[in-house]
Amino acid sequence: MAGIRPFLTKVIVVLAMTILAETGVNAEETGVPHPVIAKGKGDQCVADTAFMRRNHMRVLDHQRDDTVHAGERAGKFSLKGCLDCHAVEGTDTRPVSFDSPQHFCRTCHDFAAVQVDCFSCHASRPGEKPTARFRHDGGDLTARLREAVK
Amino acid sequence: MTGAQPSNSGRRRFFARAAAAAGLVLAPGVVLLTTKAKAAATGPRWGLLIDLNKCPIDCSECVTACNDENGLKGHGRPLTDAQWIRKVDVRDPASKREWSVPVMCQHCEHPPCVDVCPTGASFQRDDGIVLVDKHICIGCRYCMMACPYKARSFIHEDLTDQKPHAPRGKGTVESCTLCVHRIDAGGQPACVERCQGIATGAMTFGDLNDPDSAIARRVATYATRRIRDDLGLAPGVYYQGL
Ligand code: HEC
Ligand code: HEC
Ligand code: HEC
Repeated sequence: MAGIRPFLTKVIVVLAMTILAETGVNAEETGVPHPVIAKGKGDQCVADTAFMRRNHMRVLDHQRDDTVHAGERAGKFSLKGCLDCHAVEGTDTRPVSFDSPQHFCRTCHDFAAVQVDCFSCHASRPGEKPTARFRHDGGDLTARLREAVK
Repeated sequence: MTGAQPSNSGRRRFFARAAAAAGLVLAPGVVLLTTKAKAAATGPRWGLLIDLNKCPIDCSECVTACNDENGLKGHGRPLTDAQWIRKVDVRDPASKREWSVPVMCQHCEHPPCVDVCPTGASFQRDDGIVLVDKHICIGCRYCMMACPYKARSFIHEDLTDQKPHAPRGKGTVESCTLCVHRIDAGGQPACVERCQGIATGAMTFGDLNDPDSAIARRVATYATRRIRDDLGLAPGVYYQGL
């Protein structure tokens, strides 16, 4: 008996796992909460995915100093860059902002209960592309101003 | 007392020389501090030239352009609303001449805001642009007190819908960045672009260290003034016709 019980347990566990896998039961239905993280644009992240999961806060800090103090703007760890690739489409046509629990950075952070304060300053979604170079058409104004300084 | 002085000053000279040569060296190969030689003489020194003869009193396109570019929105409270450029009306009582002077951060060569900042958030880039690193700013506002040009604003309220290239938020101080995001991309500040594009072309932006640049040539040719030049802060913003 003593030898057969662990064996039976193993068989049951393996069987259960196979059944679960085949019927497509996912982590949520087994009661284990799991964040649903939207996939970014393209095939891969700016660095190895596992590295990014662990170290995104460090690379962001580095990038921050390089950009703000040395004017380095083409860095691959740009926060603006993250948001361009990791924008999540909302119900309207615009990507969701940090107010939405679906925001890429929030999916994980809500789950891990780690607060991100970056978005009190930083835009949390890509900006709308400006349509015109100038908002005003200038025509009248230019003439009027040039007149004024004659 | 006087007897002690020669040896004392000799020692001081020695330390000064040692520090200048190698930063602060603790032991061979162990350096605590290195003194970075400033690149100012070789690299660019960005500046503005504003020709007030061409700057009409009733035009504030540079202010609007700045607000549009950096997402500055007022709360209808002029005393505390953020303001990176303001038009200051001045009048000469003798001649009765009136001007309206656009005043922004003057990007001083010797910025007092940087001197007083307790955290190092107020700093000067190698190209002369004076900025606030808002990640380090604790909102103490010493810099606002120190600035003789009243160029800085404090953000009192939560903000929303900031521009992606211009992060701004409550509890920090900010001021004209000379549109550093545009300059780093080879462009010029939004105010200058608007002024030259649809207003009167009173503003010129460029590298004061490059003798062939339009701004350096103009500054070398015409009579220009810097506001409160007597303070010795050597601002990067020049005015013609002030
Ligand atoms: C108080 C406002 C504020 C907060 C809060 C803030 N930033 Fe910034 N951040 C700025 C400003 C201002 C810049 C400079 C933008 C420029 O020069 O174009 C900047 C630039 C950056 C940059 C370089 C530009 C880019 O998009 O890559 C990075 C990276 C960055 N911040 C990361 C962060 C991270 C990470 C956090 C949260 C931990 C954060 N910031 C929180 C104000 C803020
Ligand atoms: C070129 C587009 C792109 C950029 C830019 C980008 N990412 Fe990614 N990122 C992706 C893709 C695609 C994946 C999914 C990779 C995979 O499935 O292995 C991903 C995955 C991740 C993950 C893991 C998510 C998970 O499912 O566990 C994190 C964390 C992450 N990125 C953070 C960042 C941060 C922070 C930045 C900015 C420094 C950034 N990414 C910039 C495309 C991008
Ligand atoms: C794969 C899940 C995941 C995603 C996606 C994710 N984060 Fe994180 N992030 C974490 C975890 C977990 C921590 C806490 C790590 C720790 O404390 O060691 C963290 C920590 C941070 C920190 C440091 C916080 C602090 O107070 O020390 C910053 C900043 C940060 N993340 C920014 C972001 C940004 C910006 C995004 C979106 C571009 C993002 N994260 C997306 C999991 C994630």
